[in-house]
Amino acid sequence: MKSGTHLQMRWMELLVAACFLGVSLLVITDSLRVGNAWGPDGPEPGYFPFYIGCLLFGGAAWVILQTLLAWKHDGGEEVFAEKHEFNLMMLMLIPSAAFTAAIYVVGIYVASLVFIAAFMVWQGKYSYFKSFAVGAVISAVLFALFEIWFMLPLPKGLIETWLGY
Amino acid sequence: MDELNNLFQGFAVALTLPNIGFMLIGIFLGVLIGVLPGLGGANGVAILLPLTFGMSPTSAIIMLSCIYWGALFGGAITSILFNIPGEPWSVATTFDGYPLAQKGKAAQALTAAFTSSFVGAFVAVLMVTFLAPLVAKFALNFGPPEFFAVQLLTFASFIGMSKEPPVKTLMAMMLGFALAAVGLDSVTGTLRMTYGQESLLKGFDFLIAVIGLFGIGEILLTMEEGLAFKGQKGRISLKDVLETWKELPKYWATSLRACLIGCWMGVTPGGATPASFMSYGTAKRISKHPENFGKGAIEGVIAPETAAHAAGTSALLPMLTLGIPGSPTAAVLLGGLLIWGLQPGPLLFTEQKDFVWGLIASMYLGNIVGLIVVLTTVPWWAAILRIPFSIIAPVIVVICAVGAYTVHNSMLDVVLMLVFGLMGYAFKKLKYPLAPLVLALVLGDMAETSFRQSMLISKGSLEIFVSTPLAGSITALALIMLLWPVFGLLKKLSRG
Repeated sequence: MKSGTHLQMRWMELLVAACFLGVSLLVITDSLRVGNAWGPDGPEPGYFPFYIGCLLFGGAAWVILQTLLAWKHDGGEEVFAEKHEFNLMMLMLIPSAAFTAAIYVVGIYVASLVFIAAFMVWQGKYSYFKSFAVGAVISAVLFALFEIWFMLPLPKGLIETWLGY
Repeated sequence: MDELNNLFQGFAVALTLPNIGFMLIGIFLGVLIGVLPGLGGANGVAILLPLTFGMSPTSAIIMLSCIYWGALFGGAITSILFNIPGEPWSVATTFDGYPLAQKGKAAQALTAAFTSSFVGAFVAVLMVTFLAPLVAKFALNFGPPEFFAVQLLTFASFIGMSKEPPVKTLMAMMLGFALAAVGLDSVTGTLRMTYGQESLLKGFDFLIAVIGLFGIGEILLTMEEGLAFKGQKGRISLKDVLETWKELPKYWATSLRACLIGCWMGVTPGGATPASFMSYGTAKRISKHPENFGKGAIEGVIAPETAAHAAGTSALLPMLTLGIPGSPTAAVLLGGLLIWGLQPGPLLFTEQKDFVWGLIASMYLGNIVGLIVVLTTVPWWAAILRIPFSIIAPVIVVICAVGAYTVHNSMLDVVLMLVFGLMGYAFKKLKYPLAPLVLALVLGDMAETSFRQSMLISKGSLEIFVSTPLAGSITALALIMLLWPVFGLLKKLSRG
């Protein structure tokens, strides 16, 4: 789906419409399972979702049909994203995903500190000290706000346990 | 004039020193919550609710409702300056508010938004004061068919007004409905679309979707454009305020319509979000220059802001008189009333006069205080703009993650938030509108329940939606809105 220097709009259009199609099939299958008909005591649980699923299927099919009909005419000129733009987006998405994964392991406070500091050094070219300081301040403020002030515990890791929280 | 007497007593309650203090704290916290994309009115109030248990119910409700007003004001700041709606009800404000800011008219847009918010809220408070008993009695006659007709109207007007392709609007909306249906079916208790996953039992929360779609999605889009955070400058001088105020009376008709839509949607459980969209759509339909909408029309800021505040304020009317919350935040406040040992309902007006009229008086005062606070402190809130993107991006992601986690204390929600973020990125590029998705996710359960109840009453006949004059006229209006794109197409065709 990548051609030369950019992602083509028509391929992304098809990909997303195919996802919609998949979701609509999931919705319709499950509605049929729980019953989409008229039960003895009124509409069954699948009654409403069934029609939702059908509309979703119809819409997705329509978009796919339109994209395919315009395929030749379009010729892949329309740009979804330039390759370097897409890479920049991934530079945000992948660290965010890594941050989320890190919360499971070390808790949200340490993960936030490392995430903010690393991103600042890597993308903003800030000094290690400055980056660490900003990360530490944000984490400390979050800690004070949620653990102490709001008493709303967030995910924590070993270091917080060791400190007695 | 019994109401006036009661109101003056209310002012006496609200104007004590501690209560004014709580009012100020509430407004400041509210604006902060409204500005931060990860925290919202409903969960902001929910987080702070436990802190108020030790306070007197009157002081507590004054502070919490002021957080609500503050959040309503604050949502407009990020919408206009950052193009990030801080709240779902300020999504419609981004359509014209952000283009205005891009043109260097941020001060005008902000002043118009704040002033309209104030006007909307003021009209709604007047209505609450004088029409509470009457309107509540009227809404009491609403049955499921009328409720569904109102919801249908909201969704239909979406398709009618959308600047995106109607098919994609429909698809986004249906996806929202489908996501809303996941989990325990509230009517029969059946599990739907969980596919054996226990974590899906509680379904998808619209707050997670909002944080992901708008917060993370926007960050990804901004990153793609090369680390430039497209925030606009926001400093309001007295001159800007006075000049904008001079302009505003020209749009009295837009304001009035927006107030009416807002009050209506607030009293019936539509809430601020659909009200702002309906109002925006109506203003665009009626405007002599609909082509200016989306490019920075001042009416496009006035209409949704006025309606959102009118709806947000009048949502307290059915909550107080009937115990039916008109918005998610009103629902959280209702939970507060029960915890403080107050039974919402008509008796509240006779047995807890101080509480009810203290709250109503605080609505007048809170909105005046709010208007002054936001007009004078905008540069402070907008100072976030001067922070480089390589700092603000990870911080926003962290705040979003914390916000997503605290909704249900679930890590799965944080993961879902990222998925919604990626979805928001792709949807924006492919011109799938996000707002109908979120709205369908919020109102999905309500719409389905009223639809199924209507079907139960009518034994499956759709005629029930036209059986009474009230339901019939709302349904007819909805169908007109739904078919609006077709009318436009026919017109084009007939012209050749």
